Amino acid sequence: MINLPVTDTKVIPGEENFTKLNLGPTHPATHGIFQNVLTMDGEKIVRTEPTIGYIHRAFEKIGEHRPYYQITPLTDRLNYCSAPINNIGYHMTVEKLIKADIPKRVQYLRVILMELARITDHLICNSVLGVDTGALTGFVYLFQSRELVYEIYEEVCGARLTTNLGRIGGFERDFTPKAWAKINKFLTEFPIALKEFENLLVRNRIFIDRTVGIGAISSEDALNYSFSGPNLRATGIDYDVRALNPYSSYEDFDFKIPIATNGDTYDRFNVRQEEMWQSLSIIRQAVEKIPDGPFHADIPKFYLPPKEDVYENMEALIYHFKIVMGETEIPSGEVYHSVEGANGEVGYYIISHGGRSPYRFHIRRPCFIYYQAYPEMIKGSTISDAILTMSSMNVIAGELDA
Amino acid sequence: MIETNKILSFLNEQFPDTVLSTETQYDMDVIHLKSESVTDIIQALKNHPGFSFEYLTTMCGIHYPDKKQMAIMYQLHSLSNNSRLRLKVFLPDDQPSIKSLTPVFRAANWMEREAYDFYGIHFEGHPDLRRILNVENMIAHPMRKEFPLEDQIRSDKDDKMFGR
Repeated sequence: MINLPVTDTKVIPGEENFTKLNLGPTHPATHGIFQNVLTMDGEKIVRTEPTIGYIHRAFEKIGEHRPYYQITPLTDRLNYCSAPINNIGYHMTVEKLIKADIPKRVQYLRVILMELARITDHLICNSVLGVDTGALTGFVYLFQSRELVYEIYEEVCGARLTTNLGRIGGFERDFTPKAWAKINKFLTEFPIALKEFENLLVRNRIFIDRTVGIGAISSEDALNYSFSGPNLRATGIDYDVRALNPYSSYEDFDFKIPIATNGDTYDRFNVRQEEMWQSLSIIRQAVEKIPDGPFHADIPKFYLPPKEDVYENMEALIYHFKIVMGETEIPSGEVYHSVEGANGEVGYYIISHGGRSPYRFHIRRPCFIYYQAYPEMIKGSTISDAILTMSSMNVIAGELDA
Repeated sequence: MIETNKILSFLNEQFPDTVLSTETQYDMDVIHLKSESVTDIIQALKNHPGFSFEYLTTMCGIHYPDKKQMAIMYQLHSLSNNSRLRLKVFLPDDQPSIKSLTPVFRAANWMEREAYDFYGIHFEGHPDLRRILNVENMIAHPMRKEFPLEDQIRSDKDDKMFGR
């Protein structure tokens, strides 16, 4: 047993009789590589010492050495369950920095992709919560729908999990008719699957017994711990970046922000569940209202010209060369832009001093910030409840460790 | 939205001689502060009924080796007024130290540990100032600008399997 320094150094009477238990780093129930050293009094958890950093990949440092367009693949690997949100959030930050004007069609396409990503992320979180309570059926059933979304990504950008989707200024190509067909297929098939999944769990006696009142946090504490996303909304605070600081034309859509009141595992599950329905409604509205227009912004200094032009047109050749070599001039300044990721506010803070790469590249990772409340949330509960709490908070190791 | 002038006049009244300068960076106002009383200022901004900056969005360290300075950026958000504010504090480059924000925001705990881990900024009064993402026995603070990434064109490596 490694003796790690502890966060909570208060000596508890009778501590020498307590059991130390390593939950992780590679425990199948943690769904990621991070460790919790639990001090157990019989079945009760009295102290938790989280250790993170097992998959730290120094994205902020690498980002300071790469040209702007090469940073996008790094953002994929933060929350890999909803990579398009991270990609698009990063692109929008750089677009804010260079003051690019983004066409309406691009914004709508982005909304469609971001909401699809939100659905896949919530879907994994909620179905895996079902698995952790012992209900494997819903998980296996919903992964079919997740596959439909991944086929859409594949059609749009060629990749599935780590998408590296889009470009600074828009997309590399417009959605193909096949992509639209796949989106329509998803929109018709997914609601049926989701409804059936809800029937399996929402009013299920065993599920309710296992989740109600487990891992609860009050709204004051959640705010003090800077919770965001569904975990904050489950405590009753209706903070959603999409509504408070609309980006990418979210103000055009009609959607509700679901909240709950108790902040426990069941509430987090239900908030995510309702958010999936809202996301579906947003996608439907976007597909219906999408305007015609270009699929990228008119920023020749930052957006690669079509390949035919590069061969025939001097100007296009120069831009192509400059962009690929990362020699485009970026205005200096400090910019922060945040999007509503699946776990909460994903923010990018870029300091540019001109030059090819950012001077400072900082990412606000919602997981990293709210996971520090975990020891307090599971104090006094049993291990099986601790697993459910972790699962319902949707702790993703990639986002935790950057 | 809260006008920054109101915040500035409040700060000048309550904490004279702490505001160094202000600037507007894109959609956000930035206030540069002296490092001594930044925790008290954030506490006051949080508790002020008109401002109520009750949400710490993020904080991070920034290294400026040319000016021999270390900066800390705090970003506050007033959810009730939908207003964001960025505070910046400058510290000396060697052995930077500042009061911890953990009594005001518990969320600052890991953010400060991260800033300590990567920049070596010492936070006085932090309950548990250890490295968070890097290994415990590391001696360097790797995000400081004196540490370069590995040279992309180095030739001394003999690694036939994985290139380079």
